Amino acid sequence: MVPGLFGNLKNCQINPEPLATLETLENLAILETLNSRKEIEMSNKLLEIKDLYVNAEEKEILKGINLEINKGEIHVIMGPNGSGKTTTANAILNNPAYTKINGSITFEGENINNFKTDEIARKGIFMSFQLPEEIPGVSVTNFLKYAKNKMTGKPVKIFEFKDELKKYMDELNMNPKNMDRSLNVGFSGGEKKKNEILQMLVLNPKLAILDETDSGLDVDAIRTVSKGIEMFKNDNNAVLIITHNTKILHSLKVDFVHVLVNGRIVKTGTQELAKEIEENGYEKYKKISAQ
Amino acid sequence: MSKTKLDEINRNIYDIKNKDEYDFKIKKGLTPEIIEEISKQKNDPEWMKEFRLKALEVYNKLELPTWGPDISELNMDEIATYVRPKTGLSNSWEDVPDDIKNTFDKLGIPEAERTSLAGVGAQYDSEVVYHSMKEDLIKQGVIYTDMETAVREYPELVKEHFMKCVPVYDHKFVALHGAVWSGGSFVYVPKGVKVDIPLQSYFRLNSPESGQFEHTLIIVDEGASLHFIEGCSAPKYNKVNLHAGCVELYVKDNAYLRYSTIENWSKNMLNLNTKKAIVGKNAKMDWVSGSFGSKISMLYPMSILNGEGAKTEYTGISFAGGGQNLDNGFKVVHNSPNTSSLVNAKSISKNGGKCTYRSLVRINENAKNSKSSVSCESLMLDDISISDTIPTNDIRTDEVEFSHEAKIGKISDKTIFYLMSRGMSEEDAKAMIVRGFANPIAKELPVEYAVEMNNLINLELEGAIG
Repeated sequence: MVPGLFGNLKNCQINPEPLATLETLENLAILETLNSRKEIEMSNKLLEIKDLYVNAEEKEILKGINLEINKGEIHVIMGPNGSGKTTTANAILNNPAYTKINGSITFEGENINNFKTDEIARKGIFMSFQLPEEIPGVSVTNFLKYAKNKMTGKPVKIFEFKDELKKYMDELNMNPKNMDRSLNVGFSGGEKKKNEILQMLVLNPKLAILDETDSGLDVDAIRTVSKGIEMFKNDNNAVLIITHNTKILHSLKVDFVHVLVNGRIVKTGTQELAKEIEENGYEKYKKISAQ
Repeated sequence: MSKTKLDEINRNIYDIKNKDEYDFKIKKGLTPEIIEEISKQKNDPEWMKEFRLKALEVYNKLELPTWGPDISELNMDEIATYVRPKTGLSNSWEDVPDDIKNTFDKLGIPEAERTSLAGVGAQYDSEVVYHSMKEDLIKQGVIYTDMETAVREYPELVKEHFMKCVPVYDHKFVALHGAVWSGGSFVYVPKGVKVDIPLQSYFRLNSPESGQFEHTLIIVDEGASLHFIEGCSAPKYNKVNLHAGCVELYVKDNAYLRYSTIENWSKNMLNLNTKKAIVGKNAKMDWVSGSFGSKISMLYPMSILNGEGAKTEYTGISFAGGGQNLDNGFKVVHNSPNTSSLVNAKSISKNGGKCTYRSLVRINENAKNSKSSVSCESLMLDDISISDTIPTNDIRTDEVEFSHEAKIGKISDKTIFYLMSRGMSEEDAKAMIVRGFANPIAKELPVEYAVEMNNLINLELEGAIG
């Protein structure tokens, strides 16, 4: 029945005359319901990675990753050093230093494999960097104002924007003087990471990928980062946390935990899985991946 | 695609060529007869004519510099040293001929005069066509006029200072300047007078195959202060043009002078300019310099710290594109105790352009307790561009603090990726990095010049990224 309906109605969109009959109107109503249901399904899915193989400097790093992230979810990818965590983040943003060999990355139903990094960013994917770059001579305020303008395509009202910035910096226990300092120049490790979270809040992406944002931070700073994630998170966006330790999971509730070892996701579970890894480490999973 | 406002400027304003109309253009080349003719045309007093002829003798004796960029393409027999525009000097823009006035209009000079300047001088080819200053400064005894008028009306002041700070035997092009100089500005700020709003001179060279040899002489008397701005541009012709101006600055005891330059000569110009300041006791001389144009530039402003406690700062940026060789820098001589110098020089090169920072720091035996700190940074935007640093440090006493720091770098792919992950295109990302790099210098410039510098950077970067 349904495919037939589609066929009929496709015709009636091209030629609106058949709308006159009651039967067609009923069909139209059914189609609308179907369409909206489909839209819900479609729109819930943000990111889909299928069978992704990625090389970095000729070396095979990712060996067939599959991952699906829906709106409203917080995912964690955990794994030992060198397992391919950062490569996954960089591949999603299409960093030219990484080469996709096989597979696809789809965002909101669109294949973004070959999109430029800035296009992907403007689609709504954000990445918090493990080692944020320093930009001398460009203040945090000017940088974010410019980036926000590029993201939204709209002019940014400076006073409102500064207020927004102040509010977030306050929440993140950031020194308000940092607003006028050059981006990341002379920032401590912790200040740089908080600054990444600040950028996430200001740019408000659909999917935020946090690459080792918790690493090297003390307990208080990790709590601040968790708080930033909670402020950001809502039913319409998603977060992918990439980490090699489990500290951040003490102060944050997550939906899915994936264990990445040797370029493959070898196990997916809930927060419980993280606890198990905290106790037993990755040894068991290294064995799985070696098989 | 949405473009920022800064992108939308008309890149052609500097390239407007007016018809090469002139009242008088001297024959090309250099002979005593030509110098005498220039002198006659300019109604020089006898002493100035003699001075010019002596300078020509010195010019003929001196050799071209044996270091720095190759300037052998310069053939003086092909350069007309004196071009008088078809107008006299006026103090109202209304009286300036339309084509010349339009040129300055498009460069924004009359507008800037209304909004942010205390006085303006505008030179077109060899002669100053406009000069004006606010009433209250005249009442305070400030003199701001073209150089020819100064020679006639203030002979004592001029004779005492003219080419004493920069003597004709300094180098070949200074000697040339002494022989054929024309136009330029003369400023005298009396003791204790503070000129709060800047004075500005704009030099425009329209005529092809000619030279501009303006002479700027500024005397800031004891305890006085001044900010002087100099702008330069020219349309592009196929033949080489020459700029060999001379700037002499006298900053007397306890005085302050800030001298800002934005140089955007066309890219066929040889810019062989000489600038020097003599700084008195507890006086301060600040140089701010943006160098964008010219095919070859050899420009090394110099501060001579003669008085005890004299200070100087140099803040400069050069931006060389393909075919440009900008050999710029700063020289300072510490000649008294407790003097200090601070240098912050930056350069950007792209598309095979070459930037060299060439400098001299000399601290004499008697300059005990002096300080000098030099920082120079270069940014290369690609693999074919060149950047170099050639410092000469001549320090003759131990009781000094001296530091020299040089950094040469490229824009890293990681930085570009970081900025692109924030929604900026590769072009936007590079422009942001370059603007950030230049920002400490832009901050030192008057606002409208800082905007112009940003415009120039955007212009220079457009199409530079393939």
